[in-house]
Parts: sequence; structure tokens; C-alpha cells
Amino acid sequence: MGRIAFGATEENVKILCGVKRVEDPDQKIKVNSDGSWIVLDGINYKPNPYDEIAVEEALRIKEAQGQGEVVVVSIGTEESVTEMRHAMAMGADRGILVKTADRVDSDAAARILAKIVERENPDLVILGRQAVDSDQAQTAQLLAEYLGWGQATFAAKFESLESDEEKAKKPGLQVADGKVRVIREIDGGLEVVDVQLPAVVSTELRLNLPRYASLPGIMKAKKKPVEELTPADLGVDTAPKVKVRKLSSPPERKAGIIVPDVATLVEKLRNEAKVI
Amino acid sequence: MNFELTEEQIALRDTARKFAKEVIAPVAAKYDRTGEFPMDVISKGFELGLMNLCVPAEYGGLGLSKVDQTLVVEELAAGCVGIATSMGANDLALLPILIGGSHEQKERFVRPFTEKLRFASFCLTEPGAGSDAAGLSTTAVRDGDHYVLNGSKMWITNGGVADQYTVFATVDKAKGHKGITCFVVEGRPEGLGIGAPEDKLGQRASNTVALTFENVRVPVENRIGEEGDGWRIAMATLDFSRPMTAMFAVGVGRAAMEHAIAYAKERKQFGQPIANFQAIQFMLADMATELHAARLLTLEAAWLVDQGKKSTLQSSYAKRFAADTAMKVCTDAVQIFGGYGYSKEYPVEKLFRDAKLIQIYEGTSQVQRLVIARELLK
Repeated sequence: MGRIAFGATEENVKILCGVKRVEDPDQKIKVNSDGSWIVLDGINYKPNPYDEIAVEEALRIKEAQGQGEVVVVSIGTEESVTEMRHAMAMGADRGILVKTADRVDSDAAARILAKIVERENPDLVILGRQAVDSDQAQTAQLLAEYLGWGQATFAAKFESLESDEEKAKKPGLQVADGKVRVIREIDGGLEVVDVQLPAVVSTELRLNLPRYASLPGIMKAKKKPVEELTPADLGVDTAPKVKVRKLSSPPERKAGIIVPDVATLVEKLRNEAKVI
Repeated sequence: MNFELTEEQIALRDTARKFAKEVIAPVAAKYDRTGEFPMDVISKGFELGLMNLCVPAEYGGLGLSKVDQTLVVEELAAGCVGIATSMGANDLALLPILIGGSHEQKERFVRPFTEKLRFASFCLTEPGAGSDAAGLSTTAVRDGDHYVLNGSKMWITNGGVADQYTVFATVDKAKGHKGITCFVVEGRPEGLGIGAPEDKLGQRASNTVALTFENVRVPVENRIGEEGDGWRIAMATLDFSRPMTAMFAVGVGRAAMEHAIAYAKERKQFGQPIANFQAIQFMLADMATELHAARLLTLEAAWLVDQGKKSTLQSSYAKRFAADTAMKVCTDAVQIFGGYGYSKEYPVEKLFRDAKLIQIYEGTSQVQRLVIARELLK
């Protein structure tokens, strides 16, 4: 699978990115009364922030390469097209909606994406490391497994996000000679890996700062094509292997106290909190 | 009737909102303090397509509807209405050319603004002609294939940084408003004097200067429309731009309300957040209600412009009500902040000063009432 291995001077890199519609994490999320799901009334949605980073990276690779194609895929209801339009306003070329009203678990998402990869033959798949709704962080790894491709998770960059390299919008993933070089964020440091293409990469927050959807980009995005498929079209059964049994809110934080002096503070840290 | 925004309108608004929050708001206090021109912010805004919103697609613009434009402008103004005013000044200066200019003039005087960051200024007001704009006395005398301009202009937004000026002058003062004619003055011609930036109460990030014209020669092909068309062009421009100015007011008012809500939840007196007190709640409730009413009036005026219908009355309703509402909301926001509201350490003091200007520029609240009454009584 995959097409030609390409180097820095070769052309037409094709990159597939996932874009998931998620609940905006900057709002108050409440669990519903029977704990079966969250209260969806009045909830705002946005593209998964990790996916925006994936799209940004794909666009930078395409721009550095000179040409190519960035295709975005979303699994969900018709409304997910909004999030794909955002990615297309950033610069992605077209979208594929796999339309389903069912809750799709990570495994089913990976199996759907594997079928899309078979149809599209991309050189590289870039996914967010996780979606900020259910925080599973499994889809990229499962997808690589189903495809039999190499993978590099948690892609980051050496330079800081305030660096000149970042300001110059340079890609953090180095694509050349049929390989992608990925800087991985691991415990206590960074690891550099070369992965043979085609490959699956998942993005860490510290990879790039995604661009804005510009107004001209937004106007162009409405004319970009979105293909609609269903899991059935792809022959994928989305019956969940993992079922959410119950959701609950974290326990309420107790109010803090104000201590009268340093001596009391030290005493409480030692005897109550037992941290010193 | 459909009050729902399209997916595209939401996307436009969201980009403007993100830009206002991440790029404008963090430096708003700095530019208010220094009064410097916020070139860095404006360059970034231009790159994202947040300027020259009025330009149709055939002249390189985005072809946005007036409703689209107002949605963007509310967000920018919520970041800093002084910066929004400087970002919006090109629209005010380019509209007369779009309204009264020939195809060739639009190519020459409008398109370049969509290609690289340039500034244009709308020059109507004079030291002796404010609300009585028709009483302007800058003269334009024909001399061969040129006109010679003499006079002075006052409160010109971006006048100190402009690459092009849209100037209204009279070819015959005796003809009253029928002598007013519109010209495009390019660059820095001989005889054009630019005053020092005004030291203003609010909207201090926007550049405001006085201009003097001393025998400034303007080629005949820079005349927009015929001699005497200027008044009609200026009034049509203001009909189109009033919804934008009204949305400036909604934006600054909304910013004040958001600060007031956050502060009311945080500030404790008598052992509880002041948001628990009805006196505060009622102020917040009125802010939200009146700002939304102002927004809807403005959207209706913008919608009328989009439908090609006459919008004079609704534009004046919107501009008058939104400006006065913003002033009231900002005053109440200062009240909710109490002593802190009066301090430059907190954001609402700036908003209070910024809002005041919207009751004055582009037709004072009194002039709007005059326009409304005239329409009612005719």
C-alpha cells in the first residue's frame, strides 16, 4: 500500500488527516442525570485541537514540498462537515465524511480509516494523538496496526513554539528519501525516529501552532469538495467493542483556607498535608 | 424570517473572534497607553483578510455581504475598538469610490488595497463643518486637466499613515451641497500638510490627524463621479458604513459586559460574590438585553443594504441606539467595578473612554435623531 517513496525533490505528497468534531473543552461540561452521557443542550463544538495541529503539519509539509494534496476525514454526523470546512479554510484540499449517528469507538474509527487509506493511498497519515472529548489516544496506533505500517506517536519539535523556526512555519516532520523523521516527546526528553513511508504519525501539542482560517480561506473552503460515505459503504461494522458504562464528574474541590502566619502554614503542611 | 447564521458566517466570525482574543486584546491596553499606531496587529489582520471588508470579489475583495461584515466587525471591536476603527477606515474611504467611481477608477484606487497593506482615509469633516458637513469649505478649482484643492480637514482617521485620501471639496460654495465633489488624492502630493496625531480621550490606538491642502493638484481623472455628485456619494457611504459603526458600539459594549460579569462573580462583599445581589444582576440583565437589541437593529440595517433597499432610517436607528447603549453599558460596567473601575489598572475604564467616541463620530447621536425625525415627518 501507499504509493511511491518520495524525497525532498519528489512531488505530489499525499497526506490524510483526521478531523474530529468535539465538544469545546473551554465550557462547562455536565454529566446527565443517569450518568449515561454528558448534557448536550447548548454545547458548542470545535475541531479537536490535536487534529488542527495535524492539519497544520500536513499543510506545511505540502508547502515545503511544493505540491501535493491534503485530504481530511471525519467520522460523525453531517455536522462534522463544519469542522472539515475549518480544516479546508486552513488549506486542506478536500474532505471525506464517513456519516454515522452512532458513537464510534477508537477501534471502529481505526478500521474505518484503514478502509479510507486503502481507497486514497496516501503517503502519510497524520492524526491527533487523541481527541479531547474521550481522551482515548488509541486510533493512530490501531490504524498503523491494521495497515501494517510503521508509526510514530506524539510528534513534537526540537525548537520551542516561540522560536524563529516556528514563526517561519517550517514543518517539524522531515519527509525525505522515503522516510519521515519524527521528533517524539517521551518521558524526560525527546527521541528521534525515522519511519519508512507510508506511515502513521500522531501529533503532540508541541509540534506547531496551527494557523488561523483566513477570511479568503473560508470563502474558498465552501467550494471544496466533500465526499460522503457510510461505514456500510466501507464494509465496517461500527458496533462498539468498548461500551461506556457510566460517566461521573470529578469530586468538587474543597475551598482553600487562609492561614494567619508562616508558622501555621508550615505546621499544616507538615502535619495535615504531610508534604514536608 | 431566519435569524440563524450560515456555517460560513460562523466561520468568519470565529476567525475574527480568535484574532481579537489572541492578537488584539493582549496589546489593547499598551496601545491605549502609548497612542502608537498598532502596525503589527493591523498587518496580521490584513494577512487574514480582516480589512477592506467592503470590496467586492470583482475588485479583488472577498465579496462579503454587509451582514457578514458587521459580524466580523463586532468581534474586532470587542478586542479594541480603537484598533478596529483603524482597521475599518479603509472601508469608509473606499466606499465612495465603489459607490460613485468608474470601473477604471475602482481598478486603480480600490484593487491595490486588496493586494498589499495600504491605508486610505475618508476626508469629509472640517474644523468648521462637523454635523453640518454640507457646509464644508475646502475648495476645488478647475485648472486645465487638474483641480486645485485648498482648505483643511479635521479628525481624519489614519490620515497620518494613509497612502490615499478620499476628499470632499466644493467646486462652488454658492451651490451649497450641490457643489460638493469627491476626489481621490494619492500619496503625499505637494501642498498636503499632515498634523500631529490628536491626543484623544479614547480609541487612542487609531491614528487621527488634521490635514491641510494648499494648492494640492489633483488630476481630473481622480474625480469620483461628476462635479456636484459628492454629497450624494458621501451620504450613501454613511448609509452603508453606519451599520459597521453601530457594530463597533456593540463590540465595545459586549467587552465591557463580559468584564463586568466575570468581575461580579469574583468580587466578594458582605461575604458573597456581588453577582448575588439584585442591584448588580439587574444591571447585567439590562446590558445583555440592550446590547442584543442593538445587535439586531444593526443586523436589520445591514440586511437592508444587502437587499439593495433603502436603509437610511434603520442605519440611523442602529447607530444611535448602539452608540448610546455602549456608553450606558460601559458606564454601568465601571459602576460594577466600583473604585477599581475608575482605575487604569482594570480594563473597563478604557472601554468607557472608547465608547464615548462612537456617540460622536460618523454622525453624532443627535444627528442620527435628526435623520430619524426627518424620515418620520416627511
